[in-house]
Amino acid sequence: MLDAALCVVRRDLLLAWRRKSDVATALLFFVIVTSLFPLGVGAEPTLLRAIAPGVIWVAALLSSMLSLSRLFAADHADGTLEQMLLGAAPLGVVAAAKAAAHWIVAGLPLALIAPFIALQYDLQAALWPVLALSLLLGTPVLSLIGAIGAALTLGLRGGGILLSLLVLPLYVPVLILGAGSVDMASAGMGGEGQLLLLAALLVAAGAFAPWAIAAALRISME
Amino acid sequence: MSDYAFYLWGAYGVTFVVLLLEVVFLWKRKREAKA
Amino acid sequence: MNWFWYASPQTFYPLAGRMAPWFAGAAALLAVAGLYIGFFVAPTDAQQGEVYRIIFIHVPAAWLSMFIYVVMAFWAALGLAFNTRLSGMMASALAPTGALFTFIALWTGSLWGRPTWGTYWVWDARLTSELVLLFLYFGFIALQAAIDDPRRADRAGALLAIVGGVNIPIIHYSVVWWNTLHQGASVSVSKGASMQSQMLTAMLLMALAFWMYSIAVSLVRVRCVMRERGAA
Repeated sequence: MLDAALCVVRRDLLLAWRRKSDVATALLFFVIVTSLFPLGVGAEPTLLRAIAPGVIWVAALLSSMLSLSRLFAADHADGTLEQMLLGAAPLGVVAAAKAAAHWIVAGLPLALIAPFIALQYDLQAALWPVLALSLLLGTPVLSLIGAIGAALTLGLRGGGILLSLLVLPLYVPVLILGAGSVDMASAGMGGEGQLLLLAALLVAAGAFAPWAIAAALRISME
Repeated sequence: MSDYAFYLWGAYGVTFVVLLLEVVFLWKRKREAKA
Repeated sequence: MNWFWYASPQTFYPLAGRMAPWFAGAAALLAVAGLYIGFFVAPTDAQQGEVYRIIFIHVPAAWLSMFIYVVMAFWAALGLAFNTRLSGMMASALAPTGALFTFIALWTGSLWGRPTWGTYWVWDARLTSELVLLFLYFGFIALQAAIDDPRRADRAGALLAIVGGVNIPIIHYSVVWWNTLHQGASVSVSKGASMQSQMLTAMLLMALAFWMYSIAVSLVRVRCVMRERGAA
């Protein structure tokens, strides 16, 4: 089972490496979106410091979501997905592995880039670890939940936008907890509560989402 | 007190209209389904 | 009694046709009774005056919006588990009405908020959760609309409804927490320690009226769905 998972992760990472531009554009989207907000609301530092966690988190949500439609599309187009459905490895394991690869490529970099964005927003340096940690815990949840949506909308017209409509309401708790952790930390009350809840969400998503992704793939592929 | 009428009837009015629209659209759908 | 006799679209179709008018009639009667008590028997509120009477629509609509989602998810789960066509059709038939009541809850809540809280919209926990619920309904309807094959549409929607349903408590509690953290000057609307019994009666009657209405409308709609798919 672990072999199958590692094989899928390695394959997806290799494919992503071959198409570095796809990965890079999603990350660039994250940076560009966060640059737009000061242009829209004004560059006043106190305002930016206040909205920074929320803006960075929303941008992370949108960026993670944009790369989701690619998750199963290529495999679906060349028949690999069908082989995965028919193969010996449990589909849930394969699904979890694909979500993990998506996170490594589309979620983890966000957590690493976020401190630089926080710098642009004049967010206190003491809060950067909380921000990065919240993204580190939250982006895998986004990948897992998003994969359910990607599997459900496989091959549909209007797929990308439809995917957003399905998945964004489900992202709300992650957003609230993620941005909230930084807000709490900045208010001096420590963000540990929210971070622990995020970790709980991660565990729950890790346990249940693969089943849902597999079920969704079977529904979309028959 | 009297300007509450706007809110009260705004709420009840829209509710009634929207439920009526649902019924009207459903009736049209029913007629087309039977055709 | 054979519970599965009516699980076939062919047998359920005429039954639904016979039942719908009764539920519609019940809805009308209950609504008349509820509105009568609500407007002519229930007294004026000490703090809010007459505008509180929006509650007789707002709260029942909110209850129904959540109840219908649960029922929808229930039929969806049943359809996925037993592979019955009719369950999926029923879930699809319920969604528009559920979305409608969610909208009504939001609209009436907003109009109630203006004279009582001073603003048309507040990001209070309940209104925000209700807004997210509306998005969940729209997602379900949009997904089913985007899929041409009815079977895939039913089953994809069913999975989405279940995933959404599981998430609703999580979403609700996170919004409640978020709201208490970010609460501004406004306080949440309190209906007082105990509600006047006539107010409660009117509210319950309206809730029942909305419930009967939803059943009637859903039965007619599911008949349309059956006809459109050539299943009856």
